[in-house]
Amino acid sequence: MNPAETLPAAAALAVPLSAFQLVAAVLFTIGVVGVLVRRSALIIFMSIELMLNAVNLSFVAFARQHAQMDGHVFVFFVMAVAAAEVAVGLAILVAIFKSRTTASVDEVHLLKG
Amino acid sequence: MLTWLWLVPALPLLGAIVNGVGAGRIPRKAVSAIGVGSVGLAFLIALGCFRDLLALDPEARRFGQTLYTWMQSGDLNVPFRLALDPLSAVMMLVVTGVGFLIHVYSTGYMGHEKAYGRYFSYLNLFTFSMLTLVLGDNFLVLFLGWEGVGLCSYLLIGYWYQKPSAAEAGKKAFIVNRIGDWGFLLGIFLVFVTFGTLDFGGVFSQAPERLGHGSALATAIAVLLFVGAVGKSAQIPLYVWLPDAMEGPTPVSALIHAATMVTAGVYMVARCHILYLLSPTALLVVAVIGAATALFAATIGLLQMDIKRVLAYSTVSQLGYMFLGLGVGAFASGIFHLVTHAFFKALLFLGAGSVIHGLSGEQNMQKMGGLKAALPKTHLTMLVGTLTIAGIFPFAGFFSKDEILWYAWRNGGPVLWGAGVVGAFLTAFYMFRLYFMTFHGASRVSEEAKHHLHESPNSMVIPLILLAILSVIGGWIQVPLLQGGQRLDAFLEPVFADGAALAGHAAEQAAHAPGAEITLMVISLAVALAGIFVAHRFYVVDPGIPGRLADRARGLYRLVFNKYWVDELYDATIVQPIYRTSVRLWQRFDDAVIDGAVNGVGRMMERGAGLLRLAQTGYVQVYALVITLGLVVVLGWLALR
Repeated sequence: MNPAETLPAAAALAVPLSAFQLVAAVLFTIGVVGVLVRRSALIIFMSIELMLNAVNLSFVAFARQHAQMDGHVFVFFVMAVAAAEVAVGLAILVAIFKSRTTASVDEVHLLKG
Repeated sequence: MLTWLWLVPALPLLGAIVNGVGAGRIPRKAVSAIGVGSVGLAFLIALGCFRDLLALDPEARRFGQTLYTWMQSGDLNVPFRLALDPLSAVMMLVVTGVGFLIHVYSTGYMGHEKAYGRYFSYLNLFTFSMLTLVLGDNFLVLFLGWEGVGLCSYLLIGYWYQKPSAAEAGKKAFIVNRIGDWGFLLGIFLVFVTFGTLDFGGVFSQAPERLGHGSALATAIAVLLFVGAVGKSAQIPLYVWLPDAMEGPTPVSALIHAATMVTAGVYMVARCHILYLLSPTALLVVAVIGAATALFAATIGLLQMDIKRVLAYSTVSQLGYMFLGLGVGAFASGIFHLVTHAFFKALLFLGAGSVIHGLSGEQNMQKMGGLKAALPKTHLTMLVGTLTIAGIFPFAGFFSKDEILWYAWRNGGPVLWGAGVVGAFLTAFYMFRLYFMTFHGASRVSEEAKHHLHESPNSMVIPLILLAILSVIGGWIQVPLLQGGQRLDAFLEPVFADGAALAGHAAEQAAHAPGAEITLMVISLAVALAGIFVAHRFYVVDPGIPGRLADRARGLYRLVFNKYWVDELYDATIVQPIYRTSVRLWQRFDDAVIDGAVNGVGRMMERGAGLLRLAQTGYVQVYALVITLGLVVVLGWLALR
């Protein structure tokens, strides 16, 4: 079965591709800046999620554009890994908070030269 | 029994290992039993081998035993091979026999020592090394023993290593020997380059045609090997270690001087006699150095006050006689003197040890005198030893020394003979000076030593008596002028036969001139008696004479008393320059260059790492920022390319 027959063609996209990419880029940049400037580990986590979802958005948009399933599959993978990462990351965060009563990454800088 | 030959060196080695490993854990009685027993058993086996060797035809008296292949590399193939022929049989019997008596004596003399096991371990190792040396069938096995005795002399001379002088003397013996070994090793290399083998049989059978009579190569090999003998057998100019070796325990001195070590050089030259006969120059060098040493060391012995040092210089002098004998081509006579010397020098040293033991460690003859009554057995045996070394008929020393002097006259000429005769006079004089100063005259013993004065225990006296008997009868194996009386000559004949043919005076050998020989004998006997007479006048009749004589010839007296300042000369010309150069090398090169390079690399790493580690701030966000910036740069570069 030809995928082109079941999926709408690129021309069917109501919103142009560049708009999706712009939103994704903005979201990603917000995530990067968040990771770099915020001190709370929780916020940093959220920023990372933002970056991941920016990429996801980009993936999905391209997949629609080219009428291929690969991009969709990738997004599912990213979501699964992100979920696992959050589970582990939060556990570490809880452990750090228990011992140091803070979630600020500036307070956790033992590994320095 | 011949197949048991390997046990002769193996047993002392086993004893050395057991006593060495178990030092301090094995009870003293067991140490004595192992130490003495291993050498005693070796002596018995040696006797058995000797008996079996005698049973063979004179021409067939050669037994070889390959234990294993020691090393194989290209053309070099060295089996660990022992060989028994008449020459090594004589040496083996002397080493084990005299060595055994010295071991027995040691149980009495060293009885109070703390490190008893260590002592016997070294002593056995010494015996093992010397047996390897005399039984080895190629130059490398001989060299193994050669180095072994050097090592053991170092260990034993420095036995009381807490005493700085003993430690120094041990080092001196080892280093001076190393100088000789250097020449010896070069000689071995030259032998291998020339002949392509190190086996005695191969080298000596090829030597006449490969080298040619009187060739420079033959001279080079013979002289280089002789350099080793000069070091090991304490000849001019490398004799300086032997008198200092007196720092070791007295039985060790006896072992070094009589049975092992110093006889190695004589044995080696006799073993390589073909090489020496091929080079008249080398033979002359041997003879001249021998005669010079015999005379030179005898003069030093005249004025020494330490009883053991007198004996040490007498050993140097007697070894000179042996080399004189070898140098004039009388190899069997050199070996004969080696054997009788082993008897009487062991006797003299052990006797001196007995005196020292009786006087609680006193070695200065100025603090002895009149000990005849207190030490009757020691006195009697010492008298026998002194008469023997002085060369009085019919003691062993008379026969062996006169044979050498006879050959020196016949083959070497009046100069070499004259040096030998003057040496004989001096020997008789200083040995009887020792005897009279120790046993006769008024007692000069300190009150405290007098209090403890005692005759030595049986374990020490019995070896003395046995050695005294050997000193008396030992010469009778080789009676001159008597048809069939020269049994040692006849026994050694197969070994030296090829050499005799080479030297070309085989015919001469038969034509003995009895008249001349008797004249020479009478002369040397008269000279020896004169020496004794003078010593008697000087030290018994009128003890003031030596002092007055010394006053009259102050300069000469001081020159001889200070041993011609040879030690000082060596110190100033060789030891100090090397020492100073070493210090400079150590400070300028070792400390500055080598240590500087090593430490410099380390310091460079440390500094570099110190700078780099500043990058590790510990702030995760800094790392993230750097990663991001790096990514931007890379992407920017890719985009703008």
